Amino acid sequence: MPSGQGADVPLEIQIEKKLADFVLDVSFTAANEPLSILGPSGAGKTMLLRCIAGLEQPDRGRITLGCRALYDSKRGICLPARQRRVGMLFQNYALFPHRTVAENVAFGLRPLPAADAATRISTLIERTHLTGLEQRYPRDLSGGEQQRAALARALAIDPEALLLDEPLSALDTHLRSQMETQLLLTFAAYRRPALFVTHNIEEAYRLSSHMLVLSRGRIAATGAKEEILRHPPTVEVARLTGCKNFSRAKVVSENTVEATDWGCRLRVAQPISKPPAYVGIRAHTIEFIESSVVDASGENVFPCWLMRSSETPFRITLYLRLHQPGGGQGDFHLQAEMFKEKWARFRECAYPLHVRLSPDALMLLQE
Amino acid sequence: MDWSPLWISLATSLTATAITLIAGLAAAAWRERRTGPMMALVDGIFLLPLVLPPTVVGFLLLLLLGRNGPLGKLLLRLGATVVFSWPATVIAAAVVAFPLMYLTARAALEQVDPHYLQAARTLGASEWRVFREVALPLAWPGVLAGTILSFARALGEFGATLLLAGNIPGKTETIPIAIYFAVEANELQRAAIWCAVDIGLSLALLAGLYHWTHVQGPGRAQWSRR
Repeated sequence: MPSGQGADVPLEIQIEKKLADFVLDVSFTAANEPLSILGPSGAGKTMLLRCIAGLEQPDRGRITLGCRALYDSKRGICLPARQRRVGMLFQNYALFPHRTVAENVAFGLRPLPAADAATRISTLIERTHLTGLEQRYPRDLSGGEQQRAALARALAIDPEALLLDEPLSALDTHLRSQMETQLLLTFAAYRRPALFVTHNIEEAYRLSSHMLVLSRGRIAATGAKEEILRHPPTVEVARLTGCKNFSRAKVVSENTVEATDWGCRLRVAQPISKPPAYVGIRAHTIEFIESSVVDASGENVFPCWLMRSSETPFRITLYLRLHQPGGGQGDFHLQAEMFKEKWARFRECAYPLHVRLSPDALMLLQE
Repeated sequence: MDWSPLWISLATSLTATAITLIAGLAAAAWRERRTGPMMALVDGIFLLPLVLPPTVVGFLLLLLLGRNGPLGKLLLRLGATVVFSWPATVIAAAVVAFPLMYLTARAALEQVDPHYLQAARTLGASEWRVFREVALPLAWPGVLAGTILSFARALGEFGATLLLAGNIPGKTETIPIAIYFAVEANELQRAAIWCAVDIGLSLALLAGLYHWTHVQGPGRAQWSRR
């Protein structure tokens, strides 16, 4: 059986395709592990998967899977989808409504002898916890069951790469975490390239160790997830990975920037190599300092006033104005986020409160 | 009483419907994957028999298939004459019924979610298998409705049939033609009997259609056990 497992770079993609209002222009490789593709709606994520699956044709470029060229504009190669052996999980699952679960899973097993196919079907059904549901029709399944059936069907062809288009977005919160676990197990057993499209940073983070951030058809960042989260290269990547606080920045000295929107100077952890356009800080890394220990001249410590707050069951978001009170509810500089218990220690304190923007937490960002 | 018009009508309509079903499905499947300015013209040609008076269709077919027509000459060389034969009744009925089949089949195929077809392709299915095992079963209720409409149209066909096949009792005389000539010969009782037969057939057809779609399937309800 042909397999991508032996090759150093199992999946290699370098394609260009003109879309309605931007050009999808990406070049990357995927190893034998899950890779999250993160991006806002309309960034070209789904189109990228469709190009790999052979459902859309790029304008030019190359797609190589293992040692097979799936697409190569220079050599005039464009394998039809049916010959690519790339499993695709559609956003709405696309289970055939007129076929039972077992018949759906069996669809891709046509070339196998009936007995082999039957064995394989029961293995897949078992592995995706669909035992007992074989004779059900898709419309009689829950969202999670439908998704597992679609996963079993995609895995049936023993695909050399797996593509998942926002597989969790159609599920409610409870099912979502169950399915995440199922996907993690599937990925762990799969050991081939699995591209996983999402617009949810938390999903991306939990499901893969590597990420690729796509924005308007281009790769905005790619690499290990921790690295992307700690040092996002651009404002856009920082925003896509959940950062809420940005200020324009001017370099003052080797390790100081002026945050012009926040009206303060900030020391940064590393010497500045390339002048940043912006400085950013994630909401949960903003520290509050108890009034008794405040050293007003302390490094990156600033007085602030609470403009408003919003709560979720366990956490609170605080909208803060730096330096002086005043303005309306919308006139805030920073959003800080923390557990409610922690906030309880500060909520009775007299104004001004003091926050510290730790040099380690500051992110220097390019345009 | 000579019952041959009933059998001729049924044989003609059934054969014409079978031909229309295959041709209409093929045309719809072919057309669905294409776009472009030429396609408007193609649609126009496919739908022309629906809008033209049947006598015009019959006359055009006569020009095409007659002894001096381009197709007629070719057939004559093969030793076959179509005009004023039973196959002529089938051809006339099939051509007139074709647009109904084409329109409904295309609408039915178009409303199949393309994701199903794409999923089938990624699972290794050939285009023929995608059509036969995914598109067609999902479009089937619409295709079936088109088939029944086509059968009804074929059964009622008069103008084109008379021009192309004439009125040869026991050979090309269908029920509508039998009624026309009975009235013309002032045999009103015979005309009334054929009218009753025609009404009975149509009612049976409509009742059968209703039973099939509302009681037995093949609606989407059958894809569920609950």
